[in-house]
Amino acid sequence: MTMNAAADTAASGSVIGAVGKGAGAPVVLQSLSRSFGAVRALDGLSLDIAPGEFVALLGPSGCGKTTALRIVAGFEFADTGSVIVDGKDVAPVPAAKRDMGMVFQSYSLFPNMSALDNVGFGLRMRKIGATERTNRATALLDMVGLAPQAKQYPHQLSGGQQQRVALARALAIEPRVLLLDEPLSALDAKVRLQLREQIRTLQQRLGTTTLFVTHDQEEALSMADRVGVMKDGRLEQIATPSELYATPATAFVAEFVGTMSRIPGTYHGGDEVSVLGRDVRVHGEHASVSPGDVDVLVRPEGLMVEAIAGGNGIVTDRTFLGSMTRLSVLLSGDIAVKVDKTSTAATDLMPGTSVQVSIPGTEPVLIAERA
Amino acid sequence: MATVASVSTGAEAPTPVRPAAARRTFPVWRWVILIIAAAYFLIPLYAGLKFAGLKAFTQVTSYPQFGSAFVLSLRLALIATVLTLVLMVPTTVYVHLRLPRIRRLMEAITILPIVIPPIVLIIGVLKVAPGFLIGTPDMLGLEYVILAMPFAYRSLDAGLRSFDVKTLVEASNSLGAGWPTTLWRVVMPNLRTAILSATVLTVALVLGEYTMASLDNFQTFPVWIVNFEQASGPVSTAASLLALFVTWILLMLIVTVGSRSARKRGGAQVQLFSVATQTRQTVGDPE
Repeated sequence: MTMNAAADTAASGSVIGAVGKGAGAPVVLQSLSRSFGAVRALDGLSLDIAPGEFVALLGPSGCGKTTALRIVAGFEFADTGSVIVDGKDVAPVPAAKRDMGMVFQSYSLFPNMSALDNVGFGLRMRKIGATERTNRATALLDMVGLAPQAKQYPHQLSGGQQQRVALARALAIEPRVLLLDEPLSALDAKVRLQLREQIRTLQQRLGTTTLFVTHDQEEALSMADRVGVMKDGRLEQIATPSELYATPATAFVAEFVGTMSRIPGTYHGGDEVSVLGRDVRVHGEHASVSPGDVDVLVRPEGLMVEAIAGGNGIVTDRTFLGSMTRLSVLLSGDIAVKVDKTSTAATDLMPGTSVQVSIPGTEPVLIAERA
Repeated sequence: MATVASVSTGAEAPTPVRPAAARRTFPVWRWVILIIAAAYFLIPLYAGLKFAGLKAFTQVTSYPQFGSAFVLSLRLALIATVLTLVLMVPTTVYVHLRLPRIRRLMEAITILPIVIPPIVLIIGVLKVAPGFLIGTPDMLGLEYVILAMPFAYRSLDAGLRSFDVKTLVEASNSLGAGWPTTLWRVVMPNLRTAILSATVLTVALVLGEYTMASLDNFQTFPVWIVNFEQASGPVSTAASLLALFVTWILLMLIVTVGSRSARKRGGAQVQLFSVATQTRQTVGDPE
C-alpha cells in the first residue's frame, strides 16, 4: 500500500487513525544544564515546543543538541533545569515509562526480530494481544511502505528500510513525543531525501510533537516548523526556517545556516554600516559590536554582479546550480565572496572576468567584529 | 583429556556466498597446511586406536567406577556452565553499558585464573566457600567457574562488541521495556553465539580438567583415566578416546542446536572446526 493509500486508511478510522491529529503533547525545556567533567554540554537551554510541532535542533557536533534530546528521552539527566511534558516534570519517570518514540542515528532494530516483531515490540510491552499487535504493526509497516518486508530480519533490509522500520516502531507506541536523533545521517543522499519527506508527511498527518536533532542545515530547514540553532550548549536563535535564513540573529547563526560572505565595512554606530560604497541598515544582535572596522555578512543572493572592465573584483570560479549560478569573486584586498546570478545572465561571467560587485542596500545586513 | 574447540564469536553478517572463481582457485599451500594440521591431530588418534584395539572399547564400560566418574564430570560441567553464565552475562553487559572504562581492568582480572596455580585457587576457594559445600563435588564446580571465567568473559565480551548493545538497550527502554525484559528479549538473543561459545569452552574445559579434581581428590573422568592407566594401558587409552568422541559429539550437539536459529536470523554460527587431544596428563599417551 502506498502512503496515499495509508492516508485513506487513516481517514477511514483504522488502527492508524487511532493516532489521530493532535496526539502530541506540549514539551517545555527549562534552563537545562549538564556537564561532563569539565565540559559543559548544556548551559541553560530553554525551549517551548507546542503540541504537534516539529522542532529541529541544529548545530555543530559538541553543541549539546544530542545531550538535550537524550535528557528528554530519559537516557541522560540534567544537572539543573527540568523537562515538562504535558504539564508534568518527567525527571522521576524512567525512560521506559515516558512514552516517547525514538529513532536513533545508528541502526537500532533488534537483529533477532523480524521487521513486524520490531514494530510490535513496544505494543507487546504494553500487553497488547497478538492479533491486535500484528494488525497494528502491519498497518504501520504499510504506512512506511514496507508491508512486503514484514517477515524480513534487519540484516535483510537496506539502511533506508531499516530506518523506516525504526520510525514505524517508534510510532507504534503512539508516543506523546517523537525524538529523532540524526536518523538520516547514515543513509546515502537519495534515500535521505526520500525519507526526509516521508518523516515530515507522517509527522504532519499524525500530529506527533517531534524533536529532531541534526547537524545538517538542509534537513533542519526543510523538515521543521521551527529550527533552533545551538552553540556551546545554548540556543543561539529559534525561528521558522525562513526567518532563520532571512534574519539570522547572530553572526554564528548566519554563517551556520546557508552561505554567507564576510565583506569589510565601516560601522558608524546606531543602525547603519558602510559597505561596498553604500550605507546599509543593520539588523540582528549588534549591541556588542563597537563602531569602526567590521565584517558585513551578506548572502550570495544579497549581492549584485556585473561584468565591467576595471571593476572591483575578478570571477575565480562558477558553480552551476540549475536556474542559478553561484560565482566566486575575489574582491580587491583578497576578499572572497559568493554571488548568485540567474544562469541565463551569468553565461558570460567566466573565470577571469573583471566584475563590479555591489550591494542593493534594500535588505538589512548583519555585522560582526572583524574576523 | 582436554578438547580444544575452535569457535567464532562475532555476530557478523552471514557469510556471503563465495564467487565461483574464488572457490576454484583454492591455493595449494592451503591444502599443505590443512594436511599437516590434520596429520598432527589425527595420527595420535590413530595410534591410540591401534594401541587400544577394538576389544578394549567394549571392556571400558564394564570397569569399576567408569559410570560414576563420567556422570560426575557431566554434572560438574552443568554446574560450572550454568553458574558461569548466570554470573558472567549480567556482569559483562553491565560493564559494557555502564562501566566501559573498566573493560581493561576486567580483562586483567579475568586472566588471573590462568596465571594463578590451581593449588592457590583451591585454597582460596576453600577459605571463602560456605561450610556445607566444603568436601562435596559441587565445590569443585565452583572452582571450575573460576577456571572458566577467562574463556567465558572473552567470548561474551567479543559478542557484546559485535553489536551496538547500548543503542539496542536504549531502543528497548524507549519502547517501554524494563531491564529484565531488555536483557531477556533483546540482549540475550543477540548474545546467543557468544553464550554458546562460552558454554562450549566451559564444558570442554570441565570435561578435560585433571589437576584441580585430582588435588581435591575427586574421581572425575580424567582422574579416573589416569588412575586406571596404571592398571591397563589399552583400556585406559580406549577410555580416553571414548571420552574424546563423547565430548566432541556433545559440543557438536550444542553448536548445531544453538546455531540453527541464529542462522535463520542472520546471526553468526558457532563453528567447531576441530576437536583435538591435548596434554599428556589427561590422555593416556600410547607409547
